[in-house]
Amino acid sequence: MGPEKAIAEKQYFTPFNVVAGIIIFVGLIITILRFTKGIGAVTNLDNNNPWGLWIGFDLLCGVSLAAGGYMTSSACYIFGLKKYHSAVRPAILTAFLGYALVVFALNYDVGRPWKLPYPIFYSQGTSSLLFEVGLCVFLYLTVLFVETTPAAFEWLGFKRIRHWVVRLTLVLTIFGVVLSTLHQSSLGALFLIAPSKLHPLWYSGYLHVYFFISSMFAGLSMVIFEGTLAHKWLHHKMDDTHLAEANGVVLGFGKAASFIMMGYVGIKIIGIAVDNNWHYLTTGWGLWFLVELIGFVLFPAILYSVGSREKNTKLIRIAAIWTVLGIVLNRLNVSLIAFNWHLPSADRYFPSFMEFFITIFIITIGVVAYRFVVTRMPILYEHPEYKKDH
Amino acid sequence: MAISRRKFLGSLGATIGATTTGALTKAYGATNKHFKGYPEGFGVLHDTTKCIGCRKCEQACNEVNKLDKPERPFDDLKVMDQKRRTGEASYTVVNKFKGSGDVFAKKQCNHCQEPACASACFVKALKKDETGAVVYDESLCVGCRYCMVACPFNIPAYTYNDPLTPKVTKCTMCLPRILEGKLPGCVDICPREALIFGKRKDLVKLAWKKINKNPDHYIEHVYGEYEMGGTSWLYLSGIPFEQIDMREDLGVTPAPQFTSGALGTVPIIVGLWPVLLTGVYAISKRKEKIASQELEQAVKSTQALAENEMNDQLSKLKDKMTKEKETAIQNEVKKALQEAAKKAEEDAKAAQEAETGDDEAVEDTNAVDGTNAADDAVKEEE
Repeated sequence: MGPEKAIAEKQYFTPFNVVAGIIIFVGLIITILRFTKGIGAVTNLDNNNPWGLWIGFDLLCGVSLAAGGYMTSSACYIFGLKKYHSAVRPAILTAFLGYALVVFALNYDVGRPWKLPYPIFYSQGTSSLLFEVGLCVFLYLTVLFVETTPAAFEWLGFKRIRHWVVRLTLVLTIFGVVLSTLHQSSLGALFLIAPSKLHPLWYSGYLHVYFFISSMFAGLSMVIFEGTLAHKWLHHKMDDTHLAEANGVVLGFGKAASFIMMGYVGIKIIGIAVDNNWHYLTTGWGLWFLVELIGFVLFPAILYSVGSREKNTKLIRIAAIWTVLGIVLNRLNVSLIAFNWHLPSADRYFPSFMEFFITIFIITIGVVAYRFVVTRMPILYEHPEYKKDH
Repeated sequence: MAISRRKFLGSLGATIGATTTGALTKAYGATNKHFKGYPEGFGVLHDTTKCIGCRKCEQACNEVNKLDKPERPFDDLKVMDQKRRTGEASYTVVNKFKGSGDVFAKKQCNHCQEPACASACFVKALKKDETGAVVYDESLCVGCRYCMVACPFNIPAYTYNDPLTPKVTKCTMCLPRILEGKLPGCVDICPREALIFGKRKDLVKLAWKKINKNPDHYIEHVYGEYEMGGTSWLYLSGIPFEQIDMREDLGVTPAPQFTSGALGTVPIIVGLWPVLLTGVYAISKRKEKIASQELEQAVKSTQALAENEMNDQLSKLKDKMTKEKETAIQNEVKKALQEAAKKAEEDAKAAQEAETGDDEAVEDTNAVDGTNAADDAVKEEE
């Protein structure tokens, strides 16, 4: 009894748990501050800069990086690429957790979070793109939740209801792609209403198209990146099928991402040409724009293509991280850095320490939740009883 | 509150329907339909050349709207040394600029004809009223602050330090006072006629009359007549508007038109994507089916071919064997006949020899042999 107990206690205090515990503890303290002292007490937001890190990163990056869910499930179930089957469940799970945390983070950012159901159920502002985003995120979160349940049902042994949910797979996948197309693009379209505030190099009539197309390679890259992390820490949870298919997923997704990114660079250049914004390229903002487009889209796209030609999965994994950083850079540029570019530097926004911390806190909750699910439910392996089910 | 499934689905349907129709209404933005604002809408003409920067309007606004008192009193004109913007305790501010001498300009919500904020609001908390005022309903507001992102004039403010009931704050055009038949607080108190209240359409005419009467005094532009599709507040200035912090690069397009294209694609995607995706699914499924059928066919035909070949070979082998058997039999028979013939010949020879030597003896032996053989045959038959 004695030694066993000691072992059990020892397992609770792993470095991961201790660090995560501290972050969550501090996060909860800031949470109390936020809801007792107001948004102003914890953020650097002001009247000129109503949207900060929590929208620029938590919402915009969170949603685009969770695009792996619709990309993977549509590749497998709609385009019939069955060789990616083992990648579907982890991608759907991370997408679900990603969206759930986006909505969770919104509760910190909006003034009266208990009214968040209002736009959907009470007073619909249908002329607003934010309404479109809200409705789609709400519906898609529901879809992702349903898509995640089979794993939970297998874990709990609810055979019959699992069977019924699995039969909905195709409909849910199609619904998911429709909703993702809409809200991924609408997040970009949010900024269409403010041409006077966003720098012309980032403002474009195609902003919604850019956001949608970039969400595709964001999702693909995130699947590769998460796979890399999972292989490092959760290798023992993967079954032979998952391990055998993993390299194929990396190569296939890397190749697809490279293709889409090249196309994205093309339409970005078309955007500059359509608005005749060439002259901005020679300014400081132009340099920054080129850093983003060449340094964080074209360059990783080339890495991807070289990697998939030479079957170099290591190179592809590097490209994936690079691409993810590029997506973050793009979303922050549109929402924060190139937004309000005309304001004097004294009026510009930089996030407070507590804003950063809440963001880290929310990512930590996501990692903990992912670990909790993956170590219990059949995500990285197939449940032996349902192996021949697909 | 109990809510039946039917009711829930109904309201969800209404929501989705509303999205579609909403987007369609916006899609009109691409037609030649031009909304000129409510004909009876009010507005204010601000002649900045008449403004002396007394800040009385700021004070009146503060009192009418029962806002927090500022740290420095309203008669402290040094406040204007710093450029200010509207805030939660100041729905309007007067700023000082350098022209030929000091130039003052008042700033507040411009009450756009087609407001960006109202178009951006996802709960309809902001609305353009028929009186011309853009009004805000705190009870609906979620606090997303998209209106502040959308406003091209950077007017709405937010009470960030209120933990439980934060709200957007901005000039109301004193709608409650207008409905009582009174003037807006700022207009009422202005000692210099720098603010003139009236119907917007009359104010536009008045503004141009002023410019035409005194063209050297004014810039030939009524700010707000067309900016962002037109605003209810109109401005006259003696120096370029850019110099009194009023952006001249906003253009004349009403804000809702910037988003109408993107919104218009929503119902089309809802309609077409399922068709496209189901089609892709059907194609991939069909390809899979054809591939498996072809495989099956190939296996079958290979099998059939192999079987035929085997049968052929078998029958050939059979033929060959029968033939061989026959030849063998024939050969045997031939051999037997030849042997028999040979024997007969030999016998005949021997008989001849015997005839010549010991005729009788041989004959007897033969006769005995013959009967014996006959007897054996009879026995076997029995």
